[in-house]
Amino acid sequence: MTINTERPEAAQASPRPTTRPARRTGVPRTDGVWPWLFVLPLLIGVGTFFIWPIIQTFYYSFTSWGVFGGASFTGLANYARLLSDPQLYQSLLNTIIYTLIVLVGIPIAVWLASLLNTPGLKFAQFYRVLFFLPYVAMPAAIALVWRIMFNGDFGIVNSFLGLFGIAGPYWISTPGFALVAVSLVGLWSSLGFSMIILGAGLKDIPPELYEAAELDGASRWRQFRSLTVPLLSPSIFFVLIVTTISSFQLFDLLYAILGPLNPVIPKTMSLVFYFYNAGFIDGDKGFAAAIAMVIFLLIGIITVIQFRVQKRWVQS
Amino acid sequence: MTGIISARGSKVAAAAQAASRVRTRSATKPGRRQSSHWWIHVVLGIGGFVMAFPFIWQIIMALSTNAQVTSPTPVFWPGQLQWHNFTDVFARLPFFSQLMTSIWVTLIRTAAQIVLCTLAGYAFARMRFRGRAVILGIVLSILLVPSQVYLISQYQIVQGLGWLDTLAGIVAPGLFSAFGTFLMRTAFLNMPAELEEAARMDGANPFQTFWRIMLPLARPSISVLAITTVLWSWNELLWPLVVSTRAEDMPLAAGLATLSSDRTINYPVLMAASLMAMAPVLIMFIVLQRRVIDGLASSGLK
Repeated sequence: MTINTERPEAAQASPRPTTRPARRTGVPRTDGVWPWLFVLPLLIGVGTFFIWPIIQTFYYSFTSWGVFGGASFTGLANYARLLSDPQLYQSLLNTIIYTLIVLVGIPIAVWLASLLNTPGLKFAQFYRVLFFLPYVAMPAAIALVWRIMFNGDFGIVNSFLGLFGIAGPYWISTPGFALVAVSLVGLWSSLGFSMIILGAGLKDIPPELYEAAELDGASRWRQFRSLTVPLLSPSIFFVLIVTTISSFQLFDLLYAILGPLNPVIPKTMSLVFYFYNAGFIDGDKGFAAAIAMVIFLLIGIITVIQFRVQKRWVQS
Repeated sequence: MTGIISARGSKVAAAAQAASRVRTRSATKPGRRQSSHWWIHVVLGIGGFVMAFPFIWQIIMALSTNAQVTSPTPVFWPGQLQWHNFTDVFARLPFFSQLMTSIWVTLIRTAAQIVLCTLAGYAFARMRFRGRAVILGIVLSILLVPSQVYLISQYQIVQGLGWLDTLAGIVAPGLFSAFGTFLMRTAFLNMPAELEEAARMDGANPFQTFWRIMLPLARPSISVLAITTVLWSWNELLWPLVVSTRAEDMPLAAGLATLSSDRTINYPVLMAASLMAMAPVLIMFIVLQRRVIDGLASSGLK
């Protein structure tokens, strides 16, 4: 599960505990052992399965693993090897291409969400369910359907393209097309999620603004550009961050649509697939740990950049 | 395909236009931007069709013969419905044991997360203890770390416990959730303090206060937590793939993903299997649609 940046309003909603008056009146500042009984079960699990592993992976990234499991400290050797491995750049490039194609879904989602938010629109809930369906479907299962739909010989995608006289490629077995196919499925499956978040943002825009704009004779397009988009910018930004971070962790769709033994995999793999191969197929755990740290760093950098740029265009 | 849709769309549109003309004349107020925009239905209809098509196509393929699925000209209606594809799934794949694994993994994780995250979330929101802010900060910092960072080490731990290829191994890390803790803490933060004080006055101990007074109030957030955990747990691929090697021990997602390279399984059976694998979650979604959509939108989970 990848969970993303909490929503700003929720993060701010923590009132400081009133410790100071309590100290003065002599009431104990803590609730004794009770809070520990409440948090310890979680803390033991989180410490064992998350906190400790994070520290350990950081350490592993500086070690080399022998065939028999012993780890020896090798300093920056994994990172040096990683940076000189062309597969890193290929995977990074593939991940970026995938992310960019999926991000094309955001403007589409803004447009569709604004249509869906039309007051009094009939069947709105029905449309909402349809658009959200791909998001809740098991990626590994729906990927098998797409795999057949993208088949070069009998896939319905190529039959459809054939209607326009286009001879469709062998999507799944041609490197460039395979990545495009996976990206289109990624766009398809994330569109509904973006639409729902944006739809919630649209509900917060007071309808009076549109009425005023209409009285001023603003066209629909003008209203969309000058009212909807700026007022929706915080939601758009949130969707942008969430989509980027989750796209950067592409694995399920790629693995299940293309299949792990597909010969196009080396040219099409994502960063996480590269990580998975190194750590669990090749058993090179130290090297895989270094890849994981690089993924972490890249996601961190992208998020920081997005937050910086956000100040310029997001209205608050 | 689109031809049919747009033809039907324009017929609907014409009717809508006629209706709008009547309505604008009789009552202008409620139907302001409502019915003159028939094209909205055309756009959303086409979009919705694209969204739903893979599912429709999957059902059609699951009821076809292999020859129909692999025919160069698409067969939109198989004629004789091949229901036996569904029973073949159980005969030819370890589908039943994978289904049971998926069910157990999902149930255990959901139950554990509800218990552990509500308890911890309550303490972080409403109790005072030394180091609370620091501990909370550490727990929430996990949310910023992509899962690959802890995957290798989680594998080492599960291997060390001898849990590879077991249900316990698949379940273990997912019992604990920083996201769930964050979600429940936010829920408890937003509750009035008076109720708690009243319970304390009546001599209830902190657990009784939590159990009788606060927990029932947190029900909406608990349902969000349950829905997100079920969805994620049912659909998760990478972790089960890593800790289980034998097909019979895998949950459905991993079972299907590794199956895709098996050439001996024909396409209709594969479609029937994938349809049944995602059906429980899809049914849950369709039944609880508003709750799922609003819950996921409010949690920002992806």
